[in-house]
Amino acid sequence: MAESTTQAGVPEAVASGTRPGRVATSLRGTLRWLGVLPFGVYIALGLIAPTIAIAIVSFKSSSGGFVKSSGGFTWSNVDTALHGTYLLGLKTSILLSIATAIVPGIFGLLIAYAIFTAKRGNLLRQVVITASGVFANFGGVPLAFLFIATLSTTGIVTGWIKDISGVDIWNHGFTLYNAYGVFFVYMYFQIPLMVLVILPAFEGLKPTWREAAQNMGAGTWQYWRYVGGPVLLPSFLGCLLLLFGSAFSAYATAEALSGGTIALTPIQIGALLNGNVLAGEENLGYALGLIMVVIIVIVMIIYAILQRRAARWLR
Amino acid sequence: MSALVKAAEKEGHLNVITLPSNWANYGAIMKDFSAKYHIKITDANPEGSSGQEITAVQQLKGQSRAPDVVDVGTPFAVEGANDHLWAPYKVATWSNIPSNAKDTNGDWYADYGGYVAIGYNPAKVKVAPTSFASLDNPAYKNMIGLNNSPTTAGAAFAAVYAAALANGGSFGNIEPGIKYFAHLKQIGNFVPTAIGGPTTVQNGTTPILIWWDYLLASEVKPVVPGFKIIIPSDSSYASYYDQAISATAPDPAAARLWEEYLYSTTGQNLWLQGFARPIELPTLVSAGTVDKTAYAELPPAPTGALTFPTDAQQASAENVVSQNWATQVGS
Repeated sequence: MAESTTQAGVPEAVASGTRPGRVATSLRGTLRWLGVLPFGVYIALGLIAPTIAIAIVSFKSSSGGFVKSSGGFTWSNVDTALHGTYLLGLKTSILLSIATAIVPGIFGLLIAYAIFTAKRGNLLRQVVITASGVFANFGGVPLAFLFIATLSTTGIVTGWIKDISGVDIWNHGFTLYNAYGVFFVYMYFQIPLMVLVILPAFEGLKPTWREAAQNMGAGTWQYWRYVGGPVLLPSFLGCLLLLFGSAFSAYATAEALSGGTIALTPIQIGALLNGNVLAGEENLGYALGLIMVVIIVIVMIIYAILQRRAARWLR
Repeated sequence: MSALVKAAEKEGHLNVITLPSNWANYGAIMKDFSAKYHIKITDANPEGSSGQEITAVQQLKGQSRAPDVVDVGTPFAVEGANDHLWAPYKVATWSNIPSNAKDTNGDWYADYGGYVAIGYNPAKVKVAPTSFASLDNPAYKNMIGLNNSPTTAGAAFAAVYAAALANGGSFGNIEPGIKYFAHLKQIGNFVPTAIGGPTTVQNGTTPILIWWDYLLASEVKPVVPGFKIIIPSDSSYASYYDQAISATAPDPAAARLWEEYLYSTTGQNLWLQGFARPIELPTLVSAGTVDKTAYAELPPAPTGALTFPTDAQQASAENVVSQNWATQVGS
């Protein structure tokens, strides 16, 4: 982005070289920044201010009541957040998010490749892309209920399987109500999400590269090993991080399926801030939120580095 | 009283918060109060939680739309009192409220509640459950549910407390309750969904549901033909919500009149018609002023005085459940 701006600006300034031209350029520059202003305000109010507030409250003592921001400085919230069930919650959240990034990431990659190789205008291709857009945004309690209605002990699909094969899958270790169940359900929106985000990377692969490789005698394997794969890799890893973030912040589906029997950080934050049981521990919830922010910031930094690398080939 | 009515009518307005109209008959209660005293009621955030009520009291302080009165779980009432959020007030029938169900200073007072009960659909549950102990039966595989997670929902937390009492625990020791559910989960009886309710009883996900007796009666019974509700024979655990008036209420007189109305025979019976047990129910029963039809809808209350955990016991039990539910019951 920054590079293209300079490129557009420089020749003009060189060409004019006179005073009025320079004024016009600087005015244009100012106007350009003015255009960004609403977005800047939006980011400041919607992202930066809340993050600062979370960071402040995380280090305030909440002893003796609900007053969240008047207490003295303390490490105890962050300390509690990094021990016991809350540490377990962070570990489980991170592991679950990694698993629900990698597995759907691979499936999504294969589906996106299939779409990429299909002819443009192919009906199935259009259907898959549109459906992915819909499914990727389906989540929350409705998603949990969808699975309970179809695959729980009395679910419709469970019944069909039983009628056809005589096997009750629930008697053979299948369950929706633990971490594996949540993993299974997350695939429902993670695979389509992967298809949507990786598809542009495939489309950035120029046919001329493949032709050039073939002209030099490369087979399909060699093309993917030495040309397509390396170009796609940064995008693929970036998309995995996006899936990680999506799973890491998901809340309602896991809560509805597990009833709190899986320790997951977003669920724990919900219990601390919104629940009817734990009173006066909001600051601990903020501390957990702060830790999630830190993890996501790390992920975003890696994502930005990968994107820069990916952008080199995908202009 | 007449001076209070006059002052309240002059204010002409009352802000309540998180009162669903289909919960404990609040819809009818608010309508009747409004009509009787010509006071307009604004019900903010009807589906909200106790935590959100407290937040609203703090954040809207000084504004005309701040809550005047709240209806919160006991831990929140107690925390609010510690933070001086409430204005002490004693209704005319103050002495009919058991002393362990109110703040001596009048900061908060129990309003309505009920017992942890076991509801079941006889069409799917062939052997009638009678107690927590009876649920440890292979016939109930994949059948038993709570309404939500005990780390989030008061009712599910109470179910764990009740199970503790049935299994050698006490108000000071909730561990046996967690172990009980861990055992039910292990043998495959416990279905740990967080959306337990009428739908999961209807579709067979949780044909047995452990919940408050009044919610089983008001929300599940009407949609599940033949639905049965029992209070487990090996444990009686009751819990009540509490009323409190905000110390910074924009309509202080209307708030006090609202409390007087709720604790009048009319108000108490209206709660009962919504299947909630009003705190002064024993007085209504002995005075013969109780609405008998509504009273008969609820399972008979266990005999003996109401007992509640102390604030310290409750707080410690909450922490034990928060720390151990996922590690012990989850796999």
